[in-house]
Amino acid sequence: IEWFYPEGPAPPFSAGTGAAACSSPATAFTFAAFCYMLALLLTAALIFFAIWHIIAFDELRLNPIAQCNTLNPLVLPEYLIHAFFCVVFLCAAEWLTLGLNMPLLAGHIWRCMSRPVMSGPGLYDPTTIMNADILAYCQKEGWCKLAFYLLAFFYYLYGMIYVLVSS
Amino acid sequence: GGPQGGSGAPPRPAPVRGRKGVRAGAWAGPGVGAGAGPAPPSSIECHGVSLAHSDLNLLGSSNPPASASQVAGTTGPAQNQMQVPSGYGLHHQNYIAPSGHYSQGPGKMTSLPLDTQREDYYSGLYTVPTQNVVTPSTAHQQPGAQQMYGRGPPAPHIAGSTPGSFQGAASSASHLHMSASQPHSSFVNHYNSPAMYSANSSVASQGFPSTCGHYTMSTVSNTAYPSVSYPSLPAGDPYGQMFTSQNAPTVRPVTDNSFSGQNTAISHPSPLPPPPSQQHHQQQSLSEYSTLSWSAAGLLSAQDNLVRNHTGSLAAANNNPANTVADSLSCPVMQNVLPPKSSPVAPTVLSSASSARMPPTANQPVEPVASVTQPSELLQQKGMQYGDYVNNQASSAPTPLSSTSDDEEEEEEDEEAGCFSQCPNTYDPLEGGSLPQVLLFSASSPAPDPTPESDPAPAPAPAPAAPQPSKLAKPFGYGYPTLQPGYQNAAAPLNAGLQPGNPVYSGFQQYPQYPGMNQLSSSLGGLSLQSSPQPESLRPVNLTQERNILPTTPVWAPVPNLNLELKKLNCSPDSFRCTLTNIPQTQALLNKAKLPLGLLLHPFRDLTQLPVITSNTIVRCRSCRTYINPFVSFIDQRRWKCNLCYRVNDVPEEFMYNPLTRSYGEPHKRPEVQNSTVEFIASSDYMLRPPQPAVYLFVLDVSHNAVEAGYLTILCHSLLENLDKLPGDSRTRIGFMTFDSTIHFYNLQEGLSQPQMLIVSDIDDVFLPTPDSLLVNLYESKELIKDLLNALPNMFTNTRETHSALGPALQAAFKLMSPTGGRVSVFQTQLPSLGAGLLQSREDPNQRSSTKVVQHLGPATDFYKKLALDCSGQQTAVDLFLLSSQYSDLASLACMSKYSAGCIYYYPSFHYTHNPSQAEKLQKDLKRYLTRKIGFEAVMRIRCTKGLSMHTFHGNFFVRSTDLLSLANINPDAGFAVQLSIEESLTDTSLVCFQTALLYTSSKGERRIRVHTLCSPVVSSLADVYAGVDVQAAICLLANMAVDRSVSSSLSDARDALVNAVVDSLSAYGSTVSNLQHSALVAPSSLKLFPLYVLALLKQKAFRTGTSTRLDDRVYAMCQIKSQPLVHLMKMIHPNLYRIDRLTDEGAVHVNDRVVPQPPLQKLSAEKLTREGAFLMDCGSVFYIWIGKGCDNNFIEDVLGYPNFASIPQKMTHLPELDTLSSERARSFITWLRDSRPLSPVLHVVKDESPAKTEFFQHLIEDRTEAAFSYYEFLLHVQQQICK
Repeated sequence: IEWFYPEGPAPPFSAGTGAAACSSPATAFTFAAFCYMLALLLTAALIFFAIWHIIAFDELRLNPIAQCNTLNPLVLPEYLIHAFFCVVFLCAAEWLTLGLNMPLLAGHIWRCMSRPVMSGPGLYDPTTIMNADILAYCQKEGWCKLAFYLLAFFYYLYGMIYVLVSS
Repeated sequence: GGPQGGSGAPPRPAPVRGRKGVRAGAWAGPGVGAGAGPAPPSSIECHGVSLAHSDLNLLGSSNPPASASQVAGTTGPAQNQMQVPSGYGLHHQNYIAPSGHYSQGPGKMTSLPLDTQREDYYSGLYTVPTQNVVTPSTAHQQPGAQQMYGRGPPAPHIAGSTPGSFQGAASSASHLHMSASQPHSSFVNHYNSPAMYSANSSVASQGFPSTCGHYTMSTVSNTAYPSVSYPSLPAGDPYGQMFTSQNAPTVRPVTDNSFSGQNTAISHPSPLPPPPSQQHHQQQSLSEYSTLSWSAAGLLSAQDNLVRNHTGSLAAANNNPANTVADSLSCPVMQNVLPPKSSPVAPTVLSSASSARMPPTANQPVEPVASVTQPSELLQQKGMQYGDYVNNQASSAPTPLSSTSDDEEEEEEDEEAGCFSQCPNTYDPLEGGSLPQVLLFSASSPAPDPTPESDPAPAPAPAPAAPQPSKLAKPFGYGYPTLQPGYQNAAAPLNAGLQPGNPVYSGFQQYPQYPGMNQLSSSLGGLSLQSSPQPESLRPVNLTQERNILPTTPVWAPVPNLNLELKKLNCSPDSFRCTLTNIPQTQALLNKAKLPLGLLLHPFRDLTQLPVITSNTIVRCRSCRTYINPFVSFIDQRRWKCNLCYRVNDVPEEFMYNPLTRSYGEPHKRPEVQNSTVEFIASSDYMLRPPQPAVYLFVLDVSHNAVEAGYLTILCHSLLENLDKLPGDSRTRIGFMTFDSTIHFYNLQEGLSQPQMLIVSDIDDVFLPTPDSLLVNLYESKELIKDLLNALPNMFTNTRETHSALGPALQAAFKLMSPTGGRVSVFQTQLPSLGAGLLQSREDPNQRSSTKVVQHLGPATDFYKKLALDCSGQQTAVDLFLLSSQYSDLASLACMSKYSAGCIYYYPSFHYTHNPSQAEKLQKDLKRYLTRKIGFEAVMRIRCTKGLSMHTFHGNFFVRSTDLLSLANINPDAGFAVQLSIEESLTDTSLVCFQTALLYTSSKGERRIRVHTLCSPVVSSLADVYAGVDVQAAICLLANMAVDRSVSSSLSDARDALVNAVVDSLSAYGSTVSNLQHSALVAPSSLKLFPLYVLALLKQKAFRTGTSTRLDDRVYAMCQIKSQPLVHLMKMIHPNLYRIDRLTDEGAVHVNDRVVPQPPLQKLSAEKLTREGAFLMDCGSVFYIWIGKGCDNNFIEDVLGYPNFASIPQKMTHLPELDTLSSERARSFITWLRDSRPLSPVLHVVKDESPAKTEFFQHLIEDRTEAAFSYYEFLLHVQQQICK
């Protein structure tokens, strides 16, 4: 496969990785690769979160309270995981990767800021979740995230291999 | 005896056992008083009476007082004696028996429940020796009198005995009793005598849970007994126990002195008349009631302990002015006057009784059938249902659900299946299987007249076509309330004329040539629209040119453009309306019209005519579960096509027979197919558990603030008055809790001599001290309840407790209600300041008139929401009465009602003397609240034709599924709104239908389904959509949406959205439909009021800015918008203004022999207010009468009863009943307006130039204010926006 080879078409972020490589060749490579590996694993976890989210919203019509109770505890871990590897990418100076993740990160922060008044963790309020607008929004959000995480998964895979190979 | 009585510490509720602090205390109520010392006279009477009825052995009157006193002093037997009124020859025996016990007894710990006290107030609680002395004398003197006061036969007690519990109780009891309350101590004593125990074991049964041993207090309290059967029970010896009890307080830390202190200090003269008489009696040596002697003796001997409870003169001597005594005494007196209490046991008796009392209550327009079903029928039905239920249980399936259960039920299953505790007494025995039959109590003419509530003339029962004529006949007799005040004029005379002649089924006879099966098919809907040239509703109106846009007659709902038959069959617009009576074919068309599409529902409205159908099989579509309705089409005799999902279903065999006509093979003439509003009696398939009883719990704030406001008096008085009218059957249960910084429970277990107060001070971990005796059967414990209600208002008069632990109290209420479900009524007067759910003040008074941001419209905590969801899951609704003078964060508190399907009442600045109009309003609201119909454990499902879907719901409920609303309670004053969207094109149909099915348990324990079906035509052109706009419905839906927007986004967003709604719809109309030039602001006639109403909304308390509005007022207005039905909401938004100084009989309507003038509506503008006139403004919950300065003196004199303008007082809230024509007209008009709404509005007479007039003028929404447009300016603004 073509892009497995370093001489393949240069990925758009090559400049960033190149810069990192210049500064501290030995460690930077391994750290960037480590970052991608970590992100790969965590993204796999996030994909499961997203799938869980979608399934839960499909079953929501049966019992909103129970569904909200199962969904809410998962929200914060998901956001933290995502924020965590954003920070890791920041440390690794993977600017492009970080940039690609920024919209989602901002979205998460916005969701946290605008969450309903709740004593526990989470975003979903059983009293409003059945509202068609909110329900549709949450479902759409679930699918979008799943798509994003899937793409990101392959991107990280690519990034990891690229970094490893280029080292 | 004296020393013992007096030795104890002052009577204080005491200490606490273990981690949890339960204190049992007696308050100064009648019962307590008895316990402490001399019984108040009145109480004695009651006492004697009840015993007499219960056939207890009574002490002979011949007992010499001296002997009694001796006994008392030495040991305890005296107590029983005192409790037992003499007059019966048995006295001697009893007397002897106790003595025997005493010898064994005093110190020993064995349980002896004393049962004689079943209904006595003074039951054994009162250890004071002196009482013994007294008793005999009373009995002696007036045996006759006692009998006279008797309450009637005591209800047989049903509880099975569980001796085990007693023992536990007894053991614990000795150390428990804490508190100063002597009653407890006396109980303990009872336990001590073993002999007694054996004798009483049956009594003990009251159903104490065996586990209750650790709640010592509870067991103790429970020990007061049932005992009708109780033979010669001499008392256990109180005295020995007295000692223990009294000692106890000293040993234990007395943490709470609230009771004792309060009682002693009470200085308020009791409002009730009896007290003075009592004192009077006391002074007399020979009181007629003989109580005098009691009290006197008690005082002397009992000393301090007695003091708090007791009697005037002596009390004074003791340094404690015990006015409380007076109060307590008065209570019993009142009770004696009451009619004998009926035993709730026989259901038939009850039902007949209830039916008897229904008709007179005009305010409780329950539809005849529902409220008063014929007993035999009911029994049968119930029996059958129960039978099924049992069978289901018996069958292999572990769950009680039948396999065929309704989908509503299926969804409830997980929540409800396990929670029900079965109550064997609930069901009546089977009376054999029920025959399939249709009971039609009234066939109203289903004409889509805007005034369907016409006079329900009592129709003579025709010989019904049903299989069992005799049974059918009954309902009519009972069921028809005699003429209820008809609210609506128009149809009244007509129907009144018809009904007497036409028996019940007149409605059907009006449509003898029913179109037959094919006519209803969807292809033949009402399509007459296109053919007519241009309907009136499309007439273009130039808004800026038209000066008087408001019609002079009330605005009626537009009638869907259907063919005649369907029009007649369609649902009444009062129950069910759609914002667009012509449904657009596609979402795209709807988007073009820029109008909101939705439904406004008032599903549980009080109806005067409602067909109730009892049938073995309720015919429903097999796939979408739609109930059969007038708009289905019969393909042939055997098959019908669902009008919602178009599936073809079979007609069941049973449905082929029409009991009305005794004919076979005419399914389309069944009542289900002839009425769009019907009620089915549901079978056991529709229940997950046996129908719950009516359960009412009152949770009352008794902190200092609450006592100051004085609402307790009004509430208790109202409850006392309406206790018999509470909807329910023989299983009805009731309970009370009060709270300040602690939570107080009231043990009202039947058989106790007096209510017992149990105090839980551990608010961090609330628990129920005696879970089984806090919610008691209304009929079995009625006397205790009355005692409590009489005593409550004065119990806390001197409290210094300013904190309010509302959250913990609600948690306790939830625990108490969760086994059964029911209704919790919470009365709160301030911001909750302790425990879970405490709130901080969030309102900044300086921001009240801010034009920018209004904050804090949402809740501050989700505690109340979570609690409401828990309650909703346990079928418990929480109703909130907020009576506060300061900010109380209604936005947070309201959550408890919003999500549990409760209702919210708010009385700002409530004070019982300073603000009499609010007090009066509370009183009237309570009357309605307590007596109106109620449905329990309800769910409501709204279905609509395939292609439409529910979008968002508005109202008080919890949405449990996309189209299912969970309603723990449903009341007749609750309204709902639903937004709809069109998901699929409706091109292949010409009619759409909406059906709401409300499944609920009636207060009589029947499962019922009320079904409304609405039919609307589908149109494909924009003009037709505009032609069918129901502007009032649209405004109400918009208001609901705006409330949501305000909370989720911001108030200014919501205001913008409202303005945009007008701008968008009018510009869409102008650009697509009307051919006029764009310079003019043109609206179709159907929408001509739209800008006016939106302006009214913008000036409504909920949405206004720039005018000082308290946050709570604003939030309350929002709550009302969400939960009020359309008719009431419209008056809130746009009040009606009438000129009333020149009322004439022109156009008057006749209602119940009264002539009600119909003055024209005036527009809400000061230009209409002439100085020479008097105007009435009807704002829904309040009426203003504005009197102009130059108003005719004749009017002022004839109507207001004052000679001239100057002499009219500033505050006037009633029109005097003057015998003049104009007074009569004015009053009849106002009464007529009042009768049409559930909450009686308060009337304010506002003089021109009085300071109160600003309130009046702020409702003149067409006028300019400093912060808002006038109507004309608003139009110009809209026009400007359109042109942009």
